[in-house]
Parts: sequence; structure tokens; C-alpha cells
Amino acid sequence: MSHPATDDRQPTHTPAALIAFAWTLVGVPLAYGLYNTVKAASALFGG
Amino acid sequence: MAVPSFLARERIVARPGFNRWLIPPAALAVHLCIGQAYATSVYKASLVSHFESTLTAIGIIFSIAIVMLGLSAALFGTWVDRNGPRAAMFTSCVLWVTGFLVGGVGIEMRQLWLVYLGYGVIGGIGLGIGYISPVSTLIKWFPDRPGLATGMAIMGFGGGALIAAPLSRQLMSYYDPAYVPSDSTSVPNGEAVAALFFTLAALYLVFMMFGAFIVRVPANDWRPTGFDPASVKKKALVTTENVSANNAIKTPQFWLLWTVLFCNVTAGIGILEQASPMIQDFFRTGETSTVAAATAAGFVGVLSLFNMGGRFVWSSTSDFIGRKPIYMVYLGVGMLLYVILALFGSTASWIFVLTAAIIISFYGGGFATVPAYLRDLFGTYQVGAIHGRLLTAWAAAGVAGPLIVNGVLDTQGTPGQLVAANYRPALFIMVGLLAVGFIANLLIKPVSEKFWEPKATTPATARANPERSPVR
Repeated sequence: MSHPATDDRQPTHTPAALIAFAWTLVGVPLAYGLYNTVKAASALFGG
Repeated sequence: MAVPSFLARERIVARPGFNRWLIPPAALAVHLCIGQAYATSVYKASLVSHFESTLTAIGIIFSIAIVMLGLSAALFGTWVDRNGPRAAMFTSCVLWVTGFLVGGVGIEMRQLWLVYLGYGVIGGIGLGIGYISPVSTLIKWFPDRPGLATGMAIMGFGGGALIAAPLSRQLMSYYDPAYVPSDSTSVPNGEAVAALFFTLAALYLVFMMFGAFIVRVPANDWRPTGFDPASVKKKALVTTENVSANNAIKTPQFWLLWTVLFCNVTAGIGILEQASPMIQDFFRTGETSTVAAATAAGFVGVLSLFNMGGRFVWSSTSDFIGRKPIYMVYLGVGMLLYVILALFGSTASWIFVLTAAIIISFYGGGFATVPAYLRDLFGTYQVGAIHGRLLTAWAAAGVAGPLIVNGVLDTQGTPGQLVAANYRPALFIMVGLLAVGFIANLLIKPVSEKFWEPKATTPATARANPERSPVR
């Protein structure tokens, strides 16, 4: 398979929306997990 | 083994101007999914009842998966480095999802061996490939902050369990309305667990494929804006040379680091394995403990948070203070904390919780910092493969840690009647182990020149002949 050499490659631009979408996609489940864990952990402090 | 062209490394070389901040979410998409492996306890009791089996027989599912993780990371590390992160993430996704599907069918058909084969063997191989898949890519995208980069990904592995545990409880209560997640005596039926497996398979397929298709590798000559590679050389243990995976395992540095990781993980597992009964036993008077079961579950939650947070915070900190010093903290301060835990842990609950939480943050930090330590010592050339081989220390510690703690506690009395003093022998063994790790870390010096690859070695030549140049 042939591919252009690195120097010949056309510059690109990563859309900020794609970066925001990607971070949201992983951030939302992580926030859900953190929220539930903090809720469980609060039992330790009488919460 | 060749991969289809759409997965090939050459297809995913980023063009100039690509934003590297798209890579951490790609890595997290994989690690958040495979981190489910540490949430298996939520359906353990259900499987015991469904298969009319024992906790040990069901626990073997997890043990097989972790052993396969260590073995596959060691065996396929070179393949991962050669074919790039998309091929690795794609393969990991296929295996991890297939593991859930086969395991789910095994539960439906009441065939435990199918669960061993599916989740344990097939899923376990997916775990190992998935764990190492983004590591070397992140290190190459973040040469200026490798600790931060690997910390983010490996934090995801800790975060995966935080997501999977409550999500699994909610899904099982949906599939089995009789199951009440908030009632610790309530157990979902086997069909609910099978349905959970199929649902997780679908979710993980979407997430992991997303990661596989947005990931890119940097061009060989790419550098972050304003980053001067020469500045890396300023730190004594940071090399600008490269060492192959085959040569790395011939160096004392590899085995010293293996010892460091083994000791740090064994010590952490000692607490993690016993967290819930341990806090109750430390505050027991006679038959009753002043710590309720719900409070003990809260303690497990606190440890999970520190385990995850430690991965990110300590690994990022290592970029500033260096890898060797941060392991001196993990192991040296860890020793001190274990002594405090053993001698004064039962005097006040805040002392117990604080010391255990910091120890667990060091445990997580040890996992997350080790890829950057390997990069410092052996260069980026085959760092994924070297990392894979180093993870055999994790598999070994996964066996040794529980064996030490359970073995000692078995000689001390009956579960449910143990007190703080019964834990002291096990805790002091952990202090000894951390001392061994501390010394091993102190002995780590730069890798000898005879193991360096010739200067012409690039990722491209390495892929063409991964076993080249056994010695310089």
C-alpha cells in the first residue's frame, strides 16, 4: 500500500466540535460513575 | 500477521495540523469499557445461585480473565506496536464483545465452561490487547507530558469499574424487576445477568469502535509546538535512544522495574481485596463492629475514587519530579503509611481511611506511571511491547497479594471475628515487600549502550523487521 510521504501530506484541521463530542462521549459516563461512587462513599461520612 | 488495510498503521498517520487532544478520548473509550473487569462482583452472587456453584468456581471467571490479560499483553505487545492502535483497539473490541456474547450464551444455557471460555479466555485476551493498545500512541503524541497522557488512559481503566458497577445494577433491576439494587440481600436472576452481558456487549461495541476509528498516530517527524526533544535529555534516566522488546527483557532495568511493579501492586491488592471486611474488623469489639456494612461499602467507594484519582494525579506529577523519585514516594511513603495503618489504624476511623486511601492512590499511580518510566528507560520504539511484558508482574501480584493476605488471616482466626491485631502480620509483610521494591527502584540506572538500537531504527524499519538487531 502506498501512502504519501509525511511532508507531502495536506494539512488538516480537527474540528473543535469533534473534540468536544469525543470528550463528552467519554466524560458523561465517567461523570455518571463518579456521581454514583461519591454517593456510595458518602455513607462513610454519615451521608 | 497482516491486518486489513483499513486498520493498518499507515492509514492512520495524522496529517499536519491534527489536534492531539482527540487521542486521549480515543484511549479512554477503550479503557472505560475494559475497566468493567473490576466490576464483576456485582453479579457474582447471582451466578453462584444460577449455576448452583461456589464463589470460588465463579471467581475463576475473573481470575482467568486477569491471567489472560497478562499473557496476551506480553505475547501480543509486539504485534500491537507493529500494527498500530486502530488494529489493536479493533481487535480488542471484537474479542471483548465476543467474550460477553459467548459468556451470555453460557449463562442462558447454564454452561459455566462457556462463561470461562467467553468472558475469561476470549474477553481476557481482548482485555490485554485493549489495555496496551493506546499506551505507546499516547506517549508518542505527548512526548512533553508522557505521564499525563498515560495517566489519563489508565485512569480510564479504574473509571470503567465505577461506571459498570452502578450501570449493571440498574440494568439488572430492569431485566429482573424482583431485584432491588439497594437491598444487599437481593440477588438478580441468571437471565438478568445474561441480558446484562448482551447489553454491555452492544454498548462496548459502539464505544470501543468509536475509539478505534478516531485514533491516529503522529508522523515520525511530528513534534508538539514549542517542544524541544533535546530538553528531554536533561534528566539522567531519560534516554533518547531506543531498545527493542527482546533486548529490554535482557536488561536488569526491566527486571528491577518488574520487581517494583510487582511489590507496589501486591501491597495495594492486599488492601483492595479485603477492604470491606477489613474496616469492619479494625473497629470490632467482640462480635460486633462499630462500622456498618453500608459504611464499609462507602469505604470501598472512597478507595475506588483514590485508585482512579491516583492514576491521573501521581502519573501527571511524575512529569515534573521524575519517574524514579515518584516511585520512591509510592514505595517509601507507602511503607510508612502501612506501618501507621498497622499500629494506629484502629485508633480512629479517619486515620484508617486516610492512610488506606493514600496507599491505594499510590497503587493506581504505580500502574499509570510505569509506561512513562519504560519510555524514559527504553525509548518509544517498542514501548508498547515492553509494557505488555512488564504486565506479567500484575498477573503475578494478582495471585500473590490475595494469597499473602488470606493465608495470614487464615492463621489468625475466623472471618467475622478478626480484629486489627490479626491484620498486623500481613501488613508488615507488605511493608517488607515495599522495602524490596524501594531498593529495586534505587538500583535502576540508565540502560547500557550495548542494548541500544542502531540510530537508523525508526518505527517504519521496526515494523518491517521487528526482531532486528538483537544487540547493537
